[in-house]
Amino acid sequence: MTITEKILAKHAGKIKVEPGENIWVDVDILLTHDVCGPPTFAIFKQQFGIDAKVWDPEKVVIIPDHYIFTSDPCAKRNVEILRDFVSEQNLPHFYDVGAEMYKGVCHVALPEEGFALPGQVLFGTDSHTSTAGAFGEFATGIGNTDAAFILGTGKLWVKVPETMKFIIDGEIPSYVMAKDIILKIIGDIGVDGAAYRTMEFAGSGVEAMDMESRMTLTNMVIEAGGKNGIIEPDETTFAYLTKRTQRSYEPVTEDKNARFHSVTRYTSEQLLPMVAKPHSPGNTAPARELRKTKLNRAYIGSCTGGKLSDFYAAARILKGREVTIATYTVPATTEVSAGLKSTRIDEQSLWEIFENTGCKIGPPSCAACLGGPADTFGRLNQAEVCISTTNRNFPGRMGSKQSQVYLASPYTVAASALTGQITDPEDYL
Amino acid sequence: MSSIIKGKAFVLGDDIDTDQIIPAEYLVYRPDDAEESKNYGRYALSGVPSAKSGLPAGNIPFVAEDGCESDYRIIVAGKNFGCGSSREHAPFALQKAGVQAVVATSYARIFYRNVIDGGFLTPFESKMDISIRIKTGDVVEIDFNQFKLFNRTTQEEYSLIPLGEVAAIVQAGGLFEYARINKMV
Ligand code: SF4
Repeated sequence: MTITEKILAKHAGKIKVEPGENIWVDVDILLTHDVCGPPTFAIFKQQFGIDAKVWDPEKVVIIPDHYIFTSDPCAKRNVEILRDFVSEQNLPHFYDVGAEMYKGVCHVALPEEGFALPGQVLFGTDSHTSTAGAFGEFATGIGNTDAAFILGTGKLWVKVPETMKFIIDGEIPSYVMAKDIILKIIGDIGVDGAAYRTMEFAGSGVEAMDMESRMTLTNMVIEAGGKNGIIEPDETTFAYLTKRTQRSYEPVTEDKNARFHSVTRYTSEQLLPMVAKPHSPGNTAPARELRKTKLNRAYIGSCTGGKLSDFYAAARILKGREVTIATYTVPATTEVSAGLKSTRIDEQSLWEIFENTGCKIGPPSCAACLGGPADTFGRLNQAEVCISTTNRNFPGRMGSKQSQVYLASPYTVAASALTGQITDPEDYL
Repeated sequence: MSSIIKGKAFVLGDDIDTDQIIPAEYLVYRPDDAEESKNYGRYALSGVPSAKSGLPAGNIPFVAEDGCESDYRIIVAGKNFGCGSSREHAPFALQKAGVQAVVATSYARIFYRNVIDGGFLTPFESKMDISIRIKTGDVVEIDFNQFKLFNRTTQEEYSLIPLGEVAAIVQAGGLFEYARINKMV
């Protein structure tokens, strides 16, 4: 069996499962946030009764992140609903806005807090829940009804997916980031190329990646329609976890005779800085073919491109220079934000580098990645043309339907922010 | 559930994502509040670029200005309908607008799951891409038993793919109803 099949079989109490089979699995963690938490709780109460209790408070993780720094009254009310539910149900893992515990973007916060664990089953009311698959767990997004069902029962049905394996062989060029690799794959297979399937990443290129880069790969499987992304856990995974959690877990490795839907290999010569043009993550081209594309906004942030290593990469290019277009940077979490101050390149902190180069730095949250209320930091309110480290460039995704979004790696976004047009970062490294 | 759905079709293209079905800025309304939840009907499909709204002509609003319900009962679309975010507000918005069925060549999986487990409407898959053969405003009829779609305006007929294993959940009316019938909750 593949890693995904083995995890699902174990959680269904079966010795073996086959792709296509519908099974009921036990859930290890349910993740929700401020947008989908409140309607999930409403369905939970409607279905299980007003006095119903969640199946296991230890297994519910609530991380508000979407509409945080806004004056929108409905958005604020959502956070209130989370608070009421948390206190009524006595839920220990709540990262409240304004509290010392506040974190920011849930998919980056979840591993930081040690909830992304090898061999486990994680469901979240957010499509990028797939991110945690970087830790060798089955992690996927669901809707509110499914989440309410889990809250009451601790179980959910899933169809066992076929696995598409992507092997990245050899050394990744220094100017190529995980974001370029996943954009390349999505461009090759299309935005529904992995529909209903697992995307598994392996090979020496992936083994050499740190956890944050691996998370960028699994984060965007949903943009190819994938059900989950997964990477076999290894020493890099265990080293990350040892620093962050005491929780126990049982890693799962692939069987030698595992069967795949397909196996695709990429070698280093095929890897280039890539850009997804408006309005689809699958509409990709190498950055160098899009030189001269004029931009008036750059954005660095989100669960895809707002981790500390993403900012480090951007800062390497920006340092000692100046941006020529409005550049918004939003650390994914409070930990990333603190990291910007404590991490240095030569004598300057990353924070200073962003400030000195003319970038605006926003508070940790999803911010303009999904548009959000009109007063959201960095939101595209008009016909802006933006290059962004985020994951989606659907019409109106970052705000106005008139705006256009190009998706790229932190290197490419930083280099483009300097020139005001799409720029291959190779020239700046 | 009646075995026939009849109504005017609203036609869309490929890869209609959930931000187009219900833009993120409207997700703040409470779905469980009768008055507030009308907004989901009001803004359903408001994120679709105008030129692609109501094909083949385009520039047709799905919901009339100031309205909360649409004249169109059936959505006909191409591949990968509902891609993008996991927001269950998307099928909910279509339901609030009065949509009873979607016919697409394929669906993104979270949307498909949400439609079925939430019991919002019925998602059919067509054997061929009929979004290029049906015009917005055509009166169409879907027969659940025969898995056929009839275009009453042009008198054409198309085959739909049977629902398969999820039919039991669709027939029950959603995941909770299904689980109750099967004594799981
Ligand atoms: S950062 Fe963007 S993609 Fe990630 S969870 Fe927030 S809104 Fe979704």
